[in-house]
Amino acid sequence: MDRLDSLFASCRAERRAALVGYLPAGYPTAADSAALLGEMVAGGCDLVEIGVPYSDPVMDGPTIQSAADTALRAGFRLRDVFSLVESVTTAGGRAVVMTYWNPVHRYGVDAFARDLAAAGGLGVITPDLIPDEAEPWLSASDAHDLDRIFLVSPSSTEQRIAMTTKASRGFVYATAVMGVTGARDQVGSDAPGLVRRTRQHTDLPVGVGLGVRSGAQAAEIAGFADAVIVGSAFVARAGGDQERARSEVRSLAEELAAGVRGQVS
Amino acid sequence: MGDVSGDDGAVRTTDAAPPVGTRPSGHDPDERGHFGPYGGRFVPEALVAALDELHAEYEKARVDPAFVDELRGLLRDYTGRPSPLTDAPRFGEHAGGARILLKREDLNHTGSHKINNVLGQALLTRRMGKTRVIAETGAGQHGVATATACALFGLDCTVYMGEVDTRRQALNVARMRLLGAEVIPVRTGSATLKDAINEALRDWVTNVADTHYLLGTVAGPHPFPVMVRDFHRVIGLEAREQVLERTGRLPEAVAACVGGGSNAIGAFHAFLDDPGVRLVGLEPGGEGLETGRHGATLTAGSPGALHGAMSYLLQDEDGQTQETHSISAGLDYPGVGPEHSWLKDTGRAEYRTVTDAEAMDAFQLLCRTEGIIPAIESAHALAGALTLGRELGEGAVVLVNLSGRGDKDVDTAARWFGLLPGEDA
Ligand SMILES: Cc1ncc(COP(=O)(O)O)c(C=O)c1O
Repeated sequence: MDRLDSLFASCRAERRAALVGYLPAGYPTAADSAALLGEMVAGGCDLVEIGVPYSDPVMDGPTIQSAADTALRAGFRLRDVFSLVESVTTAGGRAVVMTYWNPVHRYGVDAFARDLAAAGGLGVITPDLIPDEAEPWLSASDAHDLDRIFLVSPSSTEQRIAMTTKASRGFVYATAVMGVTGARDQVGSDAPGLVRRTRQHTDLPVGVGLGVRSGAQAAEIAGFADAVIVGSAFVARAGGDQERARSEVRSLAEELAAGVRGQVS
Repeated sequence: MGDVSGDDGAVRTTDAAPPVGTRPSGHDPDERGHFGPYGGRFVPEALVAALDELHAEYEKARVDPAFVDELRGLLRDYTGRPSPLTDAPRFGEHAGGARILLKREDLNHTGSHKINNVLGQALLTRRMGKTRVIAETGAGQHGVATATACALFGLDCTVYMGEVDTRRQALNVARMRLLGAEVIPVRTGSATLKDAINEALRDWVTNVADTHYLLGTVAGPHPFPVMVRDFHRVIGLEAREQVLERTGRLPEAVAACVGGGSNAIGAFHAFLDDPGVRLVGLEPGGEGLETGRHGATLTAGSPGALHGAMSYLLQDEDGQTQETHSISAGLDYPGVGPEHSWLKDTGRAEYRTVTDAEAMDAFQLLCRTEGIIPAIESAHALAGALTLGRELGEGAVVLVNLSGRGDKDVDTAARWFGLLPGEDA
């Protein structure tokens, strides 16, 4: 099985950025989220990030908070994330998991890595785990051959960017603005600078997220980053009537996929 | 209070300035903030720079005579320290005849121990050149103390408070607003203290450049647990001398309530190296452990990461935080400071639970026997002292940290005891 290297190699060959789409597992229900992830892949997401709904999501704005609440109330269990990953990979897509750390800690770091790898997952994005505290995860991800995507921020020092990129594998996640998740009208002005600073420390691909919601923004980010990461904009379309939700999620993926190829309508 | 002197163990008070607990205590975490397996930093990378800045500033300030003197002056002239030690003999009759000594943090300006930490962090905020302060609050005591210090130092102040708590502690909401703070009710999750902390962290991630998060307990990412503890060490440092002076010996036990754990760690710390002194933390047992409606984190929880630190936590099988219940807003919290987790595991401190009903009985008993209306949080410590006194027997000395006064709780108590107009008591 390939990791994320091959994805970024093929995007590079096509001289474009990768499109990464986020959806919380189990939102609005487990079955619905499987179908929605399918639409994201079919619409052109090169990679899906499957979020683990968590009771205390301190990095998330209202859209993702309330989606997580809905999923938890609908009975989401952590183990459900593995079947969703499997549904994506069997449909020919690629999946990583994005999760706050405590659910993984509670499940058992090694057990989580083992079960994720068995489901075909490629890695984990860890918004509240910094490499300083990641010893168990560094060994588990090595043992089960998973990528580990740590975050860098506009406030990170050079020293921390160096340390964080060194601990990362697959790609590095650059948070474009200081703040929580949520769609914004403008791409953070810090983003290009942060990507530039990050590249001085690593050859890993750099993905940019937080606030992207249109094809035009995707094109703008694709101009300076290796991956465009879109979350809240998908989540905002995923609730309510599911026939409509599936078609809106699909068309957003298509618009963004055109965007990362520099085609803006 | 000054140095302990004299071979006979007697204490002479050398001056009226309170001790400041910022000197290294011999019980400090490792350089990344770990107390054994607990503590550390489980935070977004975006906050690390601010935590590093805070840590560096605190490390400089704690040994800077100018900082220590200014803090000492504020503790004396603004807070009113040292806080008195009060004998509670009529209350003690109900505690198996034990001698109950109350450390009167309720008499501090703003009515609780919270001001000790707030003044220290407010001084640090000014040193860092930040102009805006945010805080979370449960009972509202930390919010009131923070609003107070911000008024004193001319800082912009925003306090996050769970909506449920804004209702049960309405008086404190009004106090904060009078002091010029903006109070933002938090409606997410259980709408209590844990959610107020989530909202404060979200604000901090967004506004970290000009904003200091003035966290109100010994939880959170490094350096908060060690720094907040140091600012509260004054409680135990004073009390240890006062008890020695009053009784000629050390107490058999120290009792304190545990929400996040700040008043308890402050009371315990000066006694850590006195092996004969039992350190007993009282957690909110709510409607009883068996009902699941409680906030007894150390008694019924398991290790996990919440709000930036590894510590005991009330969580379900999947690591989702569980909802808590306590009649006391200040104890209604599913986490606890990492040093308490370490003290529990090492056995140096013990943690017990007190139900809502037991706390309210002790609340009323203190009102009627000593003429002191305690905070409902502190009433948990009082209830624990009643049991401890009976276990330890007549003449045993039990130091109780009376962490706050009960004005804010009069409404809750009046309802509990049926004292409102039209009800029969
Ligand atoms: C009077 C009083 N005691 C205790 C507490 C609990 O906090 P901690 O456990 O940090 O002392 C509070 C919190 O609001 C309080 O107001």
